[in-house]
Amino acid sequence: MTDLNRRGLIGGAAATAAFGALPSRQARAQAANTIRIGVLNDQSGPYRDISGPYGVQCAMQAVAEFGNRGFNVEVVNADHQNRPDVGINIARQWYDQGVDVVIDVPTSSVGLAVANVAREKNKAYINTGSATSDLTGAQCSPNTIHWMYDTYMLAKSTGAAMVRAGGDSWYFITADYAFGHALERDTGNFVRSAGGRVVGSVRYPFPATTDFSSFLVQAQASRAKVIGFANAGADTINSIKQAAEFGVTRRGTKLAALLMFLPDVHSIGLETAQGLVLTESFYWDLNDRTRAFTDRMRPRMRDVVPNMASAANYSCTLHYLKAIADMGVAASKASGVEVINRMKAMPCDDDAFGAGTIRADGRKLCPSYLFEVKAPRESRGRWDYYKLVGTTPAEEAFRPLAEGNCAFLRT
Amino acid sequence: MEEIFGIPTPLLFGQLLLGLINGAFYALLSLGLAVIFGMLNVINFTHGAQFMMGAFVAWMLLNYLGIGYWWALILAPLIVGLTGVILERTMIARLYKLDHLYGLLLTFGVGLIIEGLFRNEFGSSGMPYRIPPELQGAWDLGFMFMPIYRGWVVVVAIVMCLATWLVIEKTKIGSYLRAATENPALVQAFGINVPRMMTLTYGAGVALAAFAGVLAAPIYSVNPQMGANLIIIVFAVVVIGGMGSILGSVITGFGLGVVEGLTKVFYPEASSTVIFVVMAIVLLARPAGLFGRS
Amino acid sequence: MAAPGGFSGTDFKQEEGVFLGFTKAQLLAFIAMVAFIVISPFFLYPVFLMKLLCFALFACAFNLLIGYVGLLSFGHAAYFGMGGYLAGHAAKVWGFSPELSILIGGAVGAALGLVIGWIAIRRQGIYFAMITLAFAQMVYFFCVQAPFTGGEDGIQSIPRGALFGIFDLRSDMAMYWMTAGIFLIGFLLVHRIVHSPFGMVLKSIRENEPRATSLGYRTDDYKLVAFILSAGLAGVAGGLKSIVFGIATLTDVFWTMSGEVVLMSLVGGLGTIFGPVVGAAVIITMQNYLAEFGAWVTVIQGVIFVLCVLAFRRGVVGEIGNWLRVRL
Repeated sequence: MTDLNRRGLIGGAAATAAFGALPSRQARAQAANTIRIGVLNDQSGPYRDISGPYGVQCAMQAVAEFGNRGFNVEVVNADHQNRPDVGINIARQWYDQGVDVVIDVPTSSVGLAVANVAREKNKAYINTGSATSDLTGAQCSPNTIHWMYDTYMLAKSTGAAMVRAGGDSWYFITADYAFGHALERDTGNFVRSAGGRVVGSVRYPFPATTDFSSFLVQAQASRAKVIGFANAGADTINSIKQAAEFGVTRRGTKLAALLMFLPDVHSIGLETAQGLVLTESFYWDLNDRTRAFTDRMRPRMRDVVPNMASAANYSCTLHYLKAIADMGVAASKASGVEVINRMKAMPCDDDAFGAGTIRADGRKLCPSYLFEVKAPRESRGRWDYYKLVGTTPAEEAFRPLAEGNCAFLRT
Repeated sequence: MEEIFGIPTPLLFGQLLLGLINGAFYALLSLGLAVIFGMLNVINFTHGAQFMMGAFVAWMLLNYLGIGYWWALILAPLIVGLTGVILERTMIARLYKLDHLYGLLLTFGVGLIIEGLFRNEFGSSGMPYRIPPELQGAWDLGFMFMPIYRGWVVVVAIVMCLATWLVIEKTKIGSYLRAATENPALVQAFGINVPRMMTLTYGAGVALAAFAGVLAAPIYSVNPQMGANLIIIVFAVVVIGGMGSILGSVITGFGLGVVEGLTKVFYPEASSTVIFVVMAIVLLARPAGLFGRS
Repeated sequence: MAAPGGFSGTDFKQEEGVFLGFTKAQLLAFIAMVAFIVISPFFLYPVFLMKLLCFALFACAFNLLIGYVGLLSFGHAAYFGMGGYLAGHAAKVWGFSPELSILIGGAVGAALGLVIGWIAIRRQGIYFAMITLAFAQMVYFFCVQAPFTGGEDGIQSIPRGALFGIFDLRSDMAMYWMTAGIFLIGFLLVHRIVHSPFGMVLKSIRENEPRATSLGYRTDDYKLVAFILSAGLAGVAGGLKSIVFGIATLTDVFWTMSGEVVLMSLVGGLGTIFGPVVGAAVIITMQNYLAEFGAWVTVIQGVIFVLCVLAFRRGVVGEIGNWLRVRL
């Protein structure tokens, strides 16, 4: 009787072991000459459409375009379910089992946690998905590059532009967590330094809020000219949908979505979203090169165009591979810091983000674009949603190096 | 301007009204949950997913078949209710004799499946759904701008709640149902098909959730996780009202909407926690909830 | 047929304990478990195993309440999460050694358990569950607002430190042995509690509370002590987890975590001593290895829960025990 039981237990263990080891073993045997890229993002939660499966596809596209230059490249991916413990566990396991770089990683808590793992194991880490500017500030690391955006860049572009356009009094509706606070704080600073003022703000519980009407009415009562939404994803969508319903804009109040991606606009619909001002560092219809990139991506996407986050995966993967080709696979496997340093030393250039550079603190510099959402009659077709209304050059778009107080640069 | 606790009176009125509107959703959702719990003794954790399905079916009807809001208001609850009937027949019916926990776990699992499938098919960022033209616009109430659609939500919700209550408390079917929960064997002996009645009750409870989903589609983001955040609050509403008490959950739903609305003015950060504070206090003072019979 | 109404494991004829209060079958299973713990880090990923052990301990703590006192707490995330935060804070800001930090986590869990339990044990069944949920949500709110928790980003880069100030825990293997040790101590502690005279009284409360009262037991005191023990152990598990991963975040205090531990116990088998361990293993393995299936994670999880309820209602261990006609 008990024999059966024990056999059951051991059999189960063996099955788990086989499952756990996965492809790493045979891969390790076959190739010290293989670079493995791990795409870690949210594939089953609220940020799925921002990068998710399409983010993986974009990384694969970069690998395909890079071709074989004397070494093989593999892409693995996993869903961190927006949980730091799951994210850390996968990242550790990947790094220990031969993954050379982890990319993407949205959700700030997971993004920061994985940065610590990468530093501990001296591996390369390129974050594209997290918004927190701490990645190149208080929690910066010589193993980290932060690619497409951060709270500071969003705040600067949208905040300053709105004030210039006459929106000099602001009311914030802020998600009550670190990301929301940072966005509110940074935007408030730009508004004030541009001569505007912040007349009030309200912090709502995250993630348990679906109705924003109460906050919108409070915002309206403050007579602010601009309502800034320091939130993301479904919260932003709900806020804007309900702002339209309550006729907030009809009285001349402007809405500023401080973080919004193309899929969010798609989800709201142009009818409701028209006139919104927002900042991104990539738009598929920006120029000939982005259009060419988008065309190449089409076979991999299901009726969807790349957005800032998925395009950033393409861009950073390409640049990473160029750096590897430059320094050699063996050298790259020896030290993550060296890979990151090589990436910083080389100029970036690709179809999605154009020419650019990476700063010493790990900040990738690229221009930020201020877009206005088109009215339905202006839109010429599917996904034709934005018109460009302003550009901040790469050198000015992000927080100056000195203000970040990045620790490893000082020593 | 007159003020109460430092808040201008008109603004306070506005917030009370908005709270009432949110309460309408809580009431509708907890109504379905209470009906199912009262009659079947099952804690239906799929409720959030079924609410979401209601909204998505409305979207699908519009985008695939060109069927608009008004028909969706009838068709979506029927379609989702039908899936509920199937779910009850194939799975839930096997659990009636067991502890509540199993029903909860099963429906929780089903909720995960539904949510996951919708996410795979439609992504996570949601679908646009417009307010029907007849209900667009807003009334200027002087102290605030009141969208016509929100007014409609409150009215419909109250009518639905009253109708459900009447059916259960005042009609023959309702009395069979109540009798069947007390003593199914006896009711069965009178020649009434108890299992079928249970099935239809579950279907009706699910249909109520889907109905709330259609109502929500034009104002909330229609995405696969839209129900997940609501379910725990709605569950709290049912408990505060008294498990299984129809009237209790309706009144509590509206009442908590108002409490939450006021918290959003005075201490917005706590507006999702306040419901649980209320729940703790109520359960300590009245163990069976506000309207429950212990 | 499972006993209608009840959700405890099937009770077979009381067998004499042969060693440490284990029956023969339990002893064999225990040996198998220890063997697995000793061998597994050499062929499975240690960090994954540590996570598994943390959650197994958490589930054991939870099972102490539901399996042996019949109280379903729906707020255990509060003790787990707060234990994690305080242990993390102690290790990072106060510079305490890991074992001390974890003990602080346990103490915080127990203290919180004392307050919440003292209020909650006055109610039964679903109402007990709801009160614990309500208080857990308030604890969550506190964690969102309190500055020391770091909000959504959590407490990051908590040092693992050195055990007793001597043994460096930075290597995964060293950390693993410490984790395994704490888990085994916790596991045996739960086992001891359950099989002590105190545990017998708890079980009699589960079976028939009025009768226990009429026999002269102050049942509320017993329930409260069990609650504090369970909460304290959950705090230890949370503290251990934040030391292992070097991070404490809001996910650990959120109500979904309370739900997860219920699922672990159910999947493994309620009221069985090994059930929570197996349940935790199943759920954590799913989370980790299903991550590679991307978007299908939630669907697969859902299917497993549904199957468990429809086909394996006693949980994995309960079913095995029933099949072999032994109590595990």
